[in-house]
Amino acid sequence: MSQNKNINLGYINLFNTHIIPVKFNYHAPQTLEEALNLLNKLKDKARVIAGGTDLIVDMKLRRKEPEHVVSLNKIRELDYITVDSLGVKIGAIVKLRKIEKEKIIRERFPALYEALKSMASIQVRNMGTMVGNICNASPAADTAPPLLIYNATLTAKSLNNERKIPIEEFFKAPGKTALKEDELVTEIFIPYPPQDSHSTFLKITRVGMDLSKVSIAVLTKFNGSIIEDIRIALGAVAPTPLRIRRAEEFLKNKPLTEENLKIVQEIVAKEIKPITDVRSTEWYRREVAKVLVKDALMKCLEEEGGR
Amino acid sequence: MKIRIIVNGVERELEVEPNELLINVLREKLRLTGTKYGCGIGECGACTVHVNGEPVLSCLTLAVEVDGKEITTIEGLGKDGELDPIQEAFIEEGAVQCGYCTPGFIMTAKALLNEKINPTREEIIDYIKGNLCRCTGYVNIVKAIQKAAEKISQRKSK
Repeated sequence: MSQNKNINLGYINLFNTHIIPVKFNYHAPQTLEEALNLLNKLKDKARVIAGGTDLIVDMKLRRKEPEHVVSLNKIRELDYITVDSLGVKIGAIVKLRKIEKEKIIRERFPALYEALKSMASIQVRNMGTMVGNICNASPAADTAPPLLIYNATLTAKSLNNERKIPIEEFFKAPGKTALKEDELVTEIFIPYPPQDSHSTFLKITRVGMDLSKVSIAVLTKFNGSIIEDIRIALGAVAPTPLRIRRAEEFLKNKPLTEENLKIVQEIVAKEIKPITDVRSTEWYRREVAKVLVKDALMKCLEEEGGR
Repeated sequence: MKIRIIVNGVERELEVEPNELLINVLREKLRLTGTKYGCGIGECGACTVHVNGEPVLSCLTLAVEVDGKEITTIEGLGKDGELDPIQEAFIEEGAVQCGYCTPGFIMTAKALLNEKINPTREEIIDYIKGNLCRCTGYVNIVKAIQKAAEKISQRKSK
């Protein structure tokens, strides 16, 4: 008798998403210092929770069974959006929906705004945080491509140290980041994009609620018809979200002709390493990535023309 | 762990375990069974409740995390024996089939109409994308929310 190897009945019965089938110790520190002390003591025995929209699902499905859960939600000093002459700083527990509603994000960081607006649902955006979206390190994290093109920097703190990590160096593998076990990302800093530049975000999903099959963020700055500055980042097409430096180098100081566009599409298709999973096949992702690169660049070009 | 919450205007002090979810506390400890358990992983919106006025998923919220907060469930919408205008509109438009998704939809719609009195059809559709109706009664659900918006603005102008 043939058996479907993908379905293991024993497995299904193990997963009960009605409850969290694992016990843990819960900590709700009031200050950042308290939280860092806890992480220093507990190290890899602890998981940090902010919005919980990833961690709670993982615990329900027993993908993660932490002994300790450290909540950041009582730490008021991590709940801020500050705007200065250099850019915007966003604290670790600011909800996605609050960032999306911020005027400066809509006006100066349109690719990030579009990404936020497109994510999951209102409910999930009321719960989840941007720092959480980044630290969960899903290759399909929707805020990652915009943060990559805006050259965002993360502040990582531990009890005895503080360092800045450029977002491009942060993602290491699916679910893996440059963060050490006693470190916490406390802030994302997003510098303003160059004056008169254009940026946009596009993605392909099956239905609105799904994770992206392919996502892209593009930033362009034209000088006449010549591309002076260009940044391209894609999500869900490799083990991590990534900048496509080769394509950027090729397009720099060139006009956006049909021929150049075709070459850029081929470079992107070559640079990405998509996989086949439940959402798409490798071939499909590569083809769609090509289309999205073109669409995003054309959208930026249109905006430049309409200026 | 002890938590203190306000549920539908009533202050409650409860003893909960760290791994207890808000939905189970509401349904089993407080017997507020209007809030429904659907997918359990954040796809369907059946468990939507308001925490401090914002719609969130009670099946992905730890009860300990809402300590000190104000929670509104579907049971808390009607006032003085009268239904909320959204509930009335759902009945009038036949926006209820099996009814399982209805509390979640109404809580999401409530949040939308609190934010915006006159949303467009497109805005309604976008706002409710985190709520699934497996009877696929979306046409009447959107109509009901439009009608509720009219009712609310009419009552306000009176």
